[in-house]
Amino acid sequence: MAAESNLKNMALCLTLVCLFCSAVLAAVYVVTKDPIERANANILKESIGLVLPPGGDLSEERPLEVGGLPSVYYVSSSAGTPAAYAIQSSTVGFSGPLTLMVGITADGKIYNTSVLSHSETPGLGAKCATDEPFMTQFEGFDPAEKILAVKKDGGDLDAITASTITSRAYALAIQNALAAFQTIKGE
Amino acid sequence: MEYFLIIISAIFVNNIMLAQFLGTCPFIGVSNKLSTATGMSGAVTFVITLATLVTWLINKYLLITFHLEFLQTIAFILVIAALVQVVEIVLKKISPALYQALGIYLPLITTNCAVLGVAINVVTKEFSFGGGPAHLLNLPETIVYAFATALGYGLAMILFAGLREHLELNDVPKAFRGVPIAFITVGILALAFMGFSGIV
Amino acid sequence: MNKLQLFTKGIVKENPIFVLLLGLCPTLATTTSAINGMSMGLATLFVLVLSNMAISAIAPRVPDKVHIPVYIVVIATFVTVLQFVMQAWTPVIYKTLGLFIPLIVVNCIVLGRAEAFANQNGIIDSALDGLGQGMGFTFSLTVLGLVREVLGSGSVFGLKFISGDGILAFVMAPGAFLCLGYLMVLFNKFLKK
Repeated sequence: MAAESNLKNMALCLTLVCLFCSAVLAAVYVVTKDPIERANANILKESIGLVLPPGGDLSEERPLEVGGLPSVYYVSSSAGTPAAYAIQSSTVGFSGPLTLMVGITADGKIYNTSVLSHSETPGLGAKCATDEPFMTQFEGFDPAEKILAVKKDGGDLDAITASTITSRAYALAIQNALAAFQTIKGE
Repeated sequence: MEYFLIIISAIFVNNIMLAQFLGTCPFIGVSNKLSTATGMSGAVTFVITLATLVTWLINKYLLITFHLEFLQTIAFILVIAALVQVVEIVLKKISPALYQALGIYLPLITTNCAVLGVAINVVTKEFSFGGGPAHLLNLPETIVYAFATALGYGLAMILFAGLREHLELNDVPKAFRGVPIAFITVGILALAFMGFSGIV
Repeated sequence: MNKLQLFTKGIVKENPIFVLLLGLCPTLATTTSAINGMSMGLATLFVLVLSNMAISAIAPRVPDKVHIPVYIVVIATFVTVLQFVMQAWTPVIYKTLGLFIPLIVVNCIVLGRAEAFANQNGIIDSALDGLGQGMGFTFSLTVLGLVREVLGSGSVFGLKFISGDGILAFVMAPGAFLCLGYLMVLFNKFLKK
């Protein structure tokens, strides 16, 4: 079955296989590069669409410091006046970074939030991206009326069962986004 | 302080075997005797630390510099396979005693997914310790993380081998004998390690 | 052995997980739900079939002493192709499975089938063998994922049948080991003769 081994055909075979495989990968990389970028852009676009009121002209990405870290935000304007802001905000959850898109309307209320990426425990903290009751409590949340912290810390938020750390990180990400929103407003 | 947190986190909280499931096959395969488990732990610690260091450097100075990130998986596995061979040859020449102790485990390590797993993890995943900002690990952090992770693997393996030796002496129902009861024991061990979660 | 047997032996008689004990890491790590287990199984199936075919085609020309490195390169190539394809068209699943997609390279099933079967059989037979083993793997992962999902989250393929949470430990690491252990017991008791 297998061919005889000598130094010449061993080196030749390994080199040829490596070259061929690298060439195949380079080709596949070039072909899939655009679809991958489009897929990532779609995830971003979807989450922005989710956290901002429908309609309105969306601005390009703008730089902003959120919670002491460099981040970005997008403005949705209707008839030239800014109506809502989508602010990207990152904190540290239970087992890694937690990145949210936070939508805030011009009157300072939260329109909606959405999870861009997380590495929380499946079945526990990971619910922050799927758990209906947890996520819907941020829709229309008015920081002037309610306290943005979990009930354990004296706030008005229901934490995810057995995932207080993730829930705190989520609340902190929104607080940072709100603080950044005040900075934008102040300018 | 940060290095201390990395070590505690890698050994206890995110134990590579009991919390991340990397390297399960050799874990089950060689843990039936305490002596082989100790030998394998030594070999794995050595290779994981070295392989992670080398792949980190290759990733930073070759793959990223020349925009060849798409070759990451293929380059890493080749480097690990070659490295294991080199370690074997060098060890044979320099320290026959150590080679005697670790030698037979070395070829098994190439396909231990803990090695490739740690190597890929440190270049792609952002870590955060003690509530600090999430970041990719730099070189000293990488070495400490890889070494501590490997120690955690060794710790889990040696603990488990000790348990398994006792298990041999017990009357286990037929359908449970061998691997099934081993898995149930690991499950209980993992449950115990869950007690560490949240401390870092 | 006829073609049908080639295909079916991977599902019960030589089931890669319950009988051969191969590829345990992704089995434990990605089966937090039935759908995740199934996705991981299908990803492995893809690599298994293609690498089996490619290796059976090149095996006669590969010098004996370098056959392992050559096979690893071939497998790693297919895995990387899979990574790109998943990033482009199924980015959400790719993110969920994360590290375990590149780790298919060191999944003992893939290299094991290349060594034990593909390098001495024809392309069609190797493809069938890969398909059978891949199905066996996918089936086992789906079952394990289903059991853990039912116990841990109280849902089946994402559809909840209880309100509130299940026994959370089953979604986490200890539950993976316990479920796999008990499933093996059942497999030994009823299927393995």
